[in-house]
Amino acid sequence: MMVVMSELKKKNREFVIPGDEIIRSMDYIPGKNCFREGESIYAKRLGLVEITGRVVSVIPLSGVYIPRVGDMVIGRIEELQVNGWLVDINSPCIAYLPFSGVREYIDPVKVDPLKIYNVGDMIYAKVASMVGKVSVTLSMLDPRARKFKTGRILKISPVKIPRLIGKRGSMINLLKEKARCKISVGQNGLVWAEGEKIDVIVKVIKLIEKESHVEGLTDMIAELLEKEGS
Amino acid sequence: MKRIDGRKPDELRPLVIKAGVINQADGSAMVKLGNTTAVAAVYGPRLLHPKHLQEPDRAYLRTVYSMVPFSTYERVKPGPSRRSIEICKVTRHALEPAIFLEEFPKTVIDVFIDIIEADAGTRTAGINAASVALADAGIPMKGLVSAVAVGKINDTYILDLNGKEEEETFCDMPVAYINRTKEVSLLQMDGKIDKKDIKELLKLALKGCEIIYEEQKKALKNRWIGD
Repeated sequence: MMVVMSELKKKNREFVIPGDEIIRSMDYIPGKNCFREGESIYAKRLGLVEITGRVVSVIPLSGVYIPRVGDMVIGRIEELQVNGWLVDINSPCIAYLPFSGVREYIDPVKVDPLKIYNVGDMIYAKVASMVGKVSVTLSMLDPRARKFKTGRILKISPVKIPRLIGKRGSMINLLKEKARCKISVGQNGLVWAEGEKIDVIVKVIKLIEKESHVEGLTDMIAELLEKEGS
Repeated sequence: MKRIDGRKPDELRPLVIKAGVINQADGSAMVKLGNTTAVAAVYGPRLLHPKHLQEPDRAYLRTVYSMVPFSTYERVKPGPSRRSIEICKVTRHALEPAIFLEEFPKTVIDVFIDIIEADAGTRTAGINAASVALADAGIPMKGLVSAVAVGKINDTYILDLNGKEEEETFCDMPVAYINRTKEVSLLQMDGKIDKKDIKELLKLALKGCEIIYEEQKKALKNRWIGD
């Protein structure tokens, strides 16, 4: 019997660029942002290696937002069409919010749909379905979905959103608690915030984006918020 | 034998690569090879308009190469010219095989290459910068593309011609190479030369590409995680 050798070329959490060989083995499966060619698994995008069990993947450090079903996103109403609205969700995809996706019953003959969502309105919506890779349907039939009337919207890199949320929401809950504010995070890189200390929140979110690679960032932010609070 | 600027025949000009030079862009890079400087910026993938250019199964790669008016001794007229349209096309063909275009159907990836200073080898410097910028923008790729020009003066094969050498050379051959897959994605030549010479020149060019590839990797690493 032949002994299967697996040769690890890159360590866990090591920086890779597109085309870098991560592992030479048939025992592992290429996960996100990786591909197999021959016996090896290569990185597809620039990022950090993550090996969990038998799955090899790369955590990206840059790039655009690619929607996934179930994501909550922040979007801007762009245009009214016959059966719904076109929404800009900060991604290469076109998002469509059909009339059937909102809570109100809309009869376009009797009600002006623009009274519900006007062009320029910012909404917090769920990605309901996707056809192919580029056409996205949104839905407001989620308890979290709503229209933003006040507050401020920030734009950060979509790949930094998991860091802003933290492990099981540790970072975002810290922000909400310490700064006594409301925050809604869109997976597409847009963040809505409202509260008395809005300037502090803006500063902290920008800091998280910049220092996302630092370990123990949550503690650092907690300290900073403590200082700002006094 | 020494060259006009004191280099060995198989030596590159001093090479500097920097990633992330333009904050506004999704990805960017600057390549300085001797007196040739190229800056590339990548935007996207983003929605493509006009719609008739959209491809249903893959992204459209739009490369724009231009020389800034002050890049050469004589002023370059801004806007597309016969030469720059050709270079846009060959740059696109050099980069396309390295990108997973099928991941973003109906979109466009914009690559803008500007030559700030020209002293021969601008298209290869542009390709080097563009490939680093594409990786910096987080675009899925099969590998980085490196490019260099080679030539022959008298009986010597020389790597990375400068402006003076380009006037004297018997032939000028830009080569783009994907190091990981060992694919040549661009091979142009002007001049008159033997079959045997071409093989030697190609070998020399690939050697140069490998050196550039190492520098490109270093530049990306510096940009994202420091030294």
